[in-house]
Amino acid sequence: MEFGPHLVLALIEGAVTAAVLALTASGLSLVFGVMRVVNIAHGAFFMLGAVIAWWITQGIGGHPGWGFAAAIVAAPLMVGALAVAADLTVLRRLSYDPERTIVATIGLLYIIQQLTLMSYGPEARPVVAPFDARIALPWPERGAEGWRIGWPWGFGTTAWKLAVIGAAAALVGALWLFMARTRAGLVLRATQADREMATAFGIPVERVYALTFGLGAGLAALAAVLIVPIRQAHYLMGGDPLLLSFVVVIIGGLGSLPGTLLAAVLIGLSDGIISVFFSPTLAKIIATLMVALVLVFRPQGLYGTRAP
Amino acid sequence: MRVLALHLGLLAVLGALHFALPAYHHGNLARVMVLASYGIGYNLLFGYAGLLSLGHALFFASGMYGAGLLVQHAGAGAGAAMLAGTVAAAVVAAALALVALRTRGVAFMIVTLMFAQAGYLTILYFGDWTGGDEGFVMARSGRMLLGLDLGTPDARYLAALALFAVCLLGSLALARAPFGRVLVAIRENEERARMLGYDTQAHKRAAMILSGAISGAAGAAYAILFGYVGASFAEVQYSILPLLWVLLGGAGTVLGPFVGALFMFYLIDLASGVTSAYMLIAGVALVLLTLYAPQGLMGEVRRRLWRGLP
Repeated sequence: MEFGPHLVLALIEGAVTAAVLALTASGLSLVFGVMRVVNIAHGAFFMLGAVIAWWITQGIGGHPGWGFAAAIVAAPLMVGALAVAADLTVLRRLSYDPERTIVATIGLLYIIQQLTLMSYGPEARPVVAPFDARIALPWPERGAEGWRIGWPWGFGTTAWKLAVIGAAAALVGALWLFMARTRAGLVLRATQADREMATAFGIPVERVYALTFGLGAGLAALAAVLIVPIRQAHYLMGGDPLLLSFVVVIIGGLGSLPGTLLAAVLIGLSDGIISVFFSPTLAKIIATLMVALVLVFRPQGLYGTRAP
Repeated sequence: MRVLALHLGLLAVLGALHFALPAYHHGNLARVMVLASYGIGYNLLFGYAGLLSLGHALFFASGMYGAGLLVQHAGAGAGAAMLAGTVAAAVVAAALALVALRTRGVAFMIVTLMFAQAGYLTILYFGDWTGGDEGFVMARSGRMLLGLDLGTPDARYLAALALFAVCLLGSLALARAPFGRVLVAIRENEERARMLGYDTQAHKRAAMILSGAISGAAGAAYAILFGYVGASFAEVQYSILPLLWVLLGGAGTVLGPFVGALFMFYLIDLASGVTSAYMLIAGVALVLLTLYAPQGLMGEVRRRLWRGLP
């Protein structure tokens, strides 16, 4: 294949990564913004979403669409409920002290990961996509009689990848509407801006914290359910999303949703392009080093308003 | 005086155990002493300067690969390898300090975590040189020091003990020296330390380089004594383990890293006989420690029994 079609494929791969990353990272960003908690277990919640999706689709027979529909509703709810429980039993008792919560969430990461290993096992298992038509993409070719539109061999994508991009965009849009337009979103933003003042106005801050932690974990699980037909469910799959989410959240500015989205698109696309043309490992190294540059030259991130 | 007696007493007991222990525990204890030296390096930065790093595996692996690659590609002996590993880790720590110390608190943890991950990926990326995932076995030449084979159980134990003794006594001296006291002042209140006229940034940088060098020395010793260099030692897990040992043993205590490493090593050793998911123990321990005993074992001893324990 020539360079042009290759680049288009890389961009589609990058857009899928960016879409999933935007969802995962906005969960991390939300939790950090509202609660000031760095959740190392975020990748574990992501992995748990994928594993639960596999488990649900196995349990429900018939057309793969039914199982998947059940998974995409139930998996984020179950993971969210687990996160709320973790908040109530652990994080709240640490009074959300930033350093101690980080250590506790590392502990949570190991507990979730190892319990998954004990019950689900070390295999990577696929989940069938609800629909999986292959779409050939057109590309201008130079033939004997001049330029014409052709369908080069091997140049195409699956409908599911395009659906993932669309669904993630819609979900991030819904999250933005929720934050900007609803009463619950207002309460979240008030708590983020000033916890003391929110308490003074009668906002049940502790309940808001528990729900925020659940919502953040739910977003990670949702992203995982979307991606699991493309990348298989495995107990260590949470590592890369966690690393890239941190990259995105720092580059975008801790706690800023627009910054997170912009950085997710930037990192996702460059990850796709570098992965296709060079190697996925190099892409992760470069993404990490970009963080160093951002921290040196713009410590508050692209959209941040205060130093982290 | 009592303090010096306690620490020298521990070293004497460890020396006596060399003759008393059965082979299995003899080998384990040698490993624990090397890992405890790593913990001492970590404790210097976390326990004394109050900087919680989540990326010390980068320093441990720098030491390991600094030593291993020199042996592998230049056929060096153990002495040169040890030196190269320590220097490599100190250089990496100095470079990371330039970037990471611009941040503080939570951002510092994330930055160190990510640079360690970048280091791990770099080792995988240059797989032709580093052996990638599989790593490589150290050549016999790299285990020879002054005609002594450090790979034999006896020499290995004594070499581990020597490394641990240097680290322990060095850490004890440091904790009582003005430099150590300034680090504690920075941990407790950085603004106040700066107000008193200390260059806190320079102290933190020095602490980070020293901490990296000790961790690197432990990494180099691990490669030389146990004869294996692998990318798994650069993974996040090896950044979390020293944190766990130090938290368990007691952050900011000289003996804490050893107590924590010994305890955790045997706990994981027992658990891995039962299940492959032995890191579950580490996770549960971390959560319970942060909830119920943030001071760690030696921290509790200091609080309840002996207030002057360094």
